[in-house]
Amino acid sequence: MLRSWSRPAVSLRTVAVLAAAVLAIAARTGSALASPEEDRAAMLTFFSERFVGVPLQEYVHGSMMMSDDAKMQYESIMDFPPFQGGIDRGQLIWEKPFANGQSFASCFENGGRNVAGRYPYYDAQTDRVVTFEMALNQCLRSNGETEFDYSDRSTMGVLTAYARTLSDNMLMDIRVEGAGARKKYESGRALYYRRIGQHNLACASCHVTHAGHYFRDELLSPTIGQAVHFPVFRGGEFLYTLHMRYQRCMEALRAAPYPAGSEDLNNLEYFHSYLNNGLPLKASIYRR
Amino acid sequence: MSSRRVRRESVLHSVVQISLCCVLVLAISNAPASEDARIESGRKLAHDFEKGNCLACHSAPTDPKAITRANIAPPLIGMRERFKDHAALRRQIWDAATRNPNTIMPPFGRHMILTEEEIDLILEYVLSL
Ligand code: HEC
Ligand code: HEC
Repeated sequence: MLRSWSRPAVSLRTVAVLAAAVLAIAARTGSALASPEEDRAAMLTFFSERFVGVPLQEYVHGSMMMSDDAKMQYESIMDFPPFQGGIDRGQLIWEKPFANGQSFASCFENGGRNVAGRYPYYDAQTDRVVTFEMALNQCLRSNGETEFDYSDRSTMGVLTAYARTLSDNMLMDIRVEGAGARKKYESGRALYYRRIGQHNLACASCHVTHAGHYFRDELLSPTIGQAVHFPVFRGGEFLYTLHMRYQRCMEALRAAPYPAGSEDLNNLEYFHSYLNNGLPLKASIYRR
Repeated sequence: MSSRRVRRESVLHSVVQISLCCVLVLAISNAPASEDARIESGRKLAHDFEKGNCLACHSAPTDPKAITRANIAPPLIGMRERFKDHAALRRQIWDAATRNPNTIMPPFGRHMILTEEEIDLILEYVLSL
């Protein structure tokens, strides 16, 4: 499906990506900007030309969309997930009544079903991006309970591993409306295209420019498709939230990772999730 | 007193002679071996995930020990013929941005990912491919 190495500077596709990158640079310097919808369209065009004939729904499988073997292994693991215990522990937390008798379900529309695809959203009152995890903590706080640590796998981690499954199959539906929202989106986008760390690479270097290429033995997944299936479980039961995965890539670049739940990562998630609009959610899955 | 000094001097003399001799012998007989050893050290550094990790992006088709599926960057092959200018090759490793400002190859020297000595060893390895 993919050509092996050829000098990218000559390909038209690269020109398309460069155009996107230029827009991203423009975003950083504050000059003429593409709208979020133009960003997403440009990204879709770029990937559809690289992954010819791959339907958009397949993108949720990340790098496995390029390998039938990996996909088969994935499906057999998902038949009896070794991490079901983690999801079950999350369900216990979700269902356990608070001291005041309320529960998480009381804080969300539909008792928390089909809601996660609208997070993160921009809250104009507080001028910040609110992730699903933040909404879970707001629920704890407003019910007089202690909030969870965004980097704690055994509380927030497993709780989202369950709570997000209640939105499986919902289509990602992120809105960026108004100047305040736009600013957060642009800040997330700027981080995605900024070279960071001792290795001097941007997220986009691997997940846009080189998506579909092998980084040593790992196929690089495209940006689109990455934000709809977290948390993931790697190596059996080891859970990664989306922010933990961001941190892992940052560490690999020898950049100081932003904390889970920080404003920088929230804005990054806002941008990243917007690009995943229209894709079906499927939480708590296996990743190699 | 004086005979002792003479003796000591002559002992010293022969020690110096013998060791000079050894150094010469070693230098002659080990010249190719030590070059091999430098290439081998360079290979280790180039393959090491925590050092060069060149195999993350490049393959090295003539090195059977270079196990990778990487296809991000051009294969490292025929380097001695293709890079007559070794300083240019070293610059590529030290800071690839000098040749291509948009490169994704990490600036191993400029960002001190590798020491100067490590870059020299990797250069010797790359030239052997
Ligand atoms: C040097 C290459 C490289 C860079 C730069 C990089 N990543 Fe990754 N990333 C990987 C590899 C390799 C994987 C694992 C294979 C895959 O799924 O793409 C991965 C996986 C991911 C995943 C999980 C995908 C999935 O479906 O499970 C996310 C999310 C991600 N990266 C986000 C980022 C973000 C955000 C940045 C910038 C801070 C970034 N990456 C920078 C190499 C990179
Ligand atoms: C993250 C990706 C990446 C890593 C890691 C990497 N390179 Fe590169 N390298 C590239 C790319 C891409 C090019 C193509 C030219 C350019 O963009 O600079 C390149 C070009 C080169 C070239 C010129 C090849 C030619 O045919 O013109 C040499 C030599 C080279 N790299 C050596 C190395 C060595 C040695 C290491 C490890 C110390 C290394 N590279 C690590 C991405 C990488």
